[in-house]
Amino acid sequence: MIQYEIVVIGGGPAGLAAAVEAKKNGINNILVIERDKELGGILNQCIHNGFGLHVFKEELTGPEYAERFIDELKNMGIEYKTDTMVLNIDDEKNIKVLNSTEGLLEIKAKAVVLSMGCRERTRGAISIPGYRPAGVFTAGAAQRYINIEGYMVGKRVIILGSGDIGLIMARRLTLEGAEVLAVVEVLPFSGGLTRNIVQCLDDFNIPLLLSHTVTKIEGKDRVKGVVISKVDDNRRPIPETEKHFNCDTLLLSVGLIPENELSEKAGIEIDPITNGPIVNESMETNIRGVFACGNVVHVHDLVDYVTEESSTAGKNAARYVKNELIKDAEPIKTKPLNGIRYIVPHTVRVENLEDSLDMLMRVDNVYKNAKLIIKADKNIIKKVNKNHLAPGEMERIKIKLSELKNKKIFDISVEVEREDA
Amino acid sequence: MDKKELVCIVCPKGCRLTVIEDKGSESGYRVEGNTCPRGEKYGIKEFVNPTRIVTSTVKLKNKYHKRLPVRTNGGIPKERIFDCMSIIKSIEIEHKVEVGQIIVKNILGVGVDLIATRSIE
Repeated sequence: MIQYEIVVIGGGPAGLAAAVEAKKNGINNILVIERDKELGGILNQCIHNGFGLHVFKEELTGPEYAERFIDELKNMGIEYKTDTMVLNIDDEKNIKVLNSTEGLLEIKAKAVVLSMGCRERTRGAISIPGYRPAGVFTAGAAQRYINIEGYMVGKRVIILGSGDIGLIMARRLTLEGAEVLAVVEVLPFSGGLTRNIVQCLDDFNIPLLLSHTVTKIEGKDRVKGVVISKVDDNRRPIPETEKHFNCDTLLLSVGLIPENELSEKAGIEIDPITNGPIVNESMETNIRGVFACGNVVHVHDLVDYVTEESSTAGKNAARYVKNELIKDAEPIKTKPLNGIRYIVPHTVRVENLEDSLDMLMRVDNVYKNAKLIIKADKNIIKKVNKNHLAPGEMERIKIKLSELKNKKIFDISVEVEREDA
Repeated sequence: MDKKELVCIVCPKGCRLTVIEDKGSESGYRVEGNTCPRGEKYGIKEFVNPTRIVTSTVKLKNKYHKRLPVRTNGGIPKERIFDCMSIIKSIEIEHKVEVGQIIVKNILGVGVDLIATRSIE
């Protein structure tokens, strides 16, 4: 059996940041395992700019952002295996790994960082009736074909879902000569950033159809057209509102799901809202010494936040190995109340915080001129004015350690207070 | 008198701006609907000379990787984005590339370069 102090599963932005930070904190025996042919994860295919404003204070493309971390990892001499699949992790941190050059390997780790990321929801997951013709892609798969493999996916395109990936792909396809007929969104608002709506749709006069969905896909061998209907307040299609579009391609940008098969097999507790592991202040799961970070925990919209969260995980994995994490402290629970869908981390052991507590969360709706109210039990410890809150934009709240230290607190809650209510 | 409606992208709030030509004001333009000074600045820039960073890929020949991702290192006038794409589509690269390396100097003569956004062996 091969022994490592820390094994990082997944070599995307989360895994890279965690490994680099663990090394900076004095751990020399680290292995990063990546199933793709190279490190960098999804950043490699995100060739558009807008990455790195928080971490590097400049606007980079995905590959540039990834390359900075890959270079740092290589310069530090951190070991990694690409083209390598993790088959299983158990609660004793034994890891079964497979690749075509070394065969089946058994690895024993003192600490594990889970950074497997997420995957796209597919057509099956949203149940559009019809045949199964060629020409239906998830937006990320199409992005990979175009930006990495160099294949165009179609000529006349409808995009279902107006999250950032859908918007980015609308522009990308247009630049490559396709005609994007419309971006269709079932909700009454877009989940994407305003900046992307302006620069990816408005710039090219691509219509955004809100409160609409695809109700039929036509064509047997290849997509020939789709039918789009208006939906009511309960997102049910309204009869007689059908519109037909001739097209050869349908892209689905209908959400991301953290990829937790390995975590679940290991016995890690999953939050049903985020679909990711329940974690504490150190990004540690319910199995001591198994950490998780990035999109495998909850889907982020900024890679910069993934990097920061993953640095926390990497640092604490190092502290765990060095026996510096206080394990038996009584945890405070974080509680999402009115208007808040979830909070990461789920529990907080104040003893392990260094200078502050960062809480990441999402709201459940669009709110204008609202406040985020943070309470320690019944006492308000912070109020943050927000003139715009949306489910598509993750919120981050910093709590000073002095607010929490040496106090008997059971839970920290966050809620949205509406000024117009 | 010329005017234009825009959505501000300086912050996530998305103010709806109206930019109006106004000979009487200092900048020559008046912005309405903005809630901060950054919105005014954006509105005028977007009205007078809207530019965009263009990102795409160029073809790699005889390489393990098939495409090299590229971007302009400054804004391209909005109406010249497709001219920029035509140049990008005509390029083929066979040599080793370093991230940041200039692929096309002063593309379209607009004073910005097309640069590689990853290294290729």
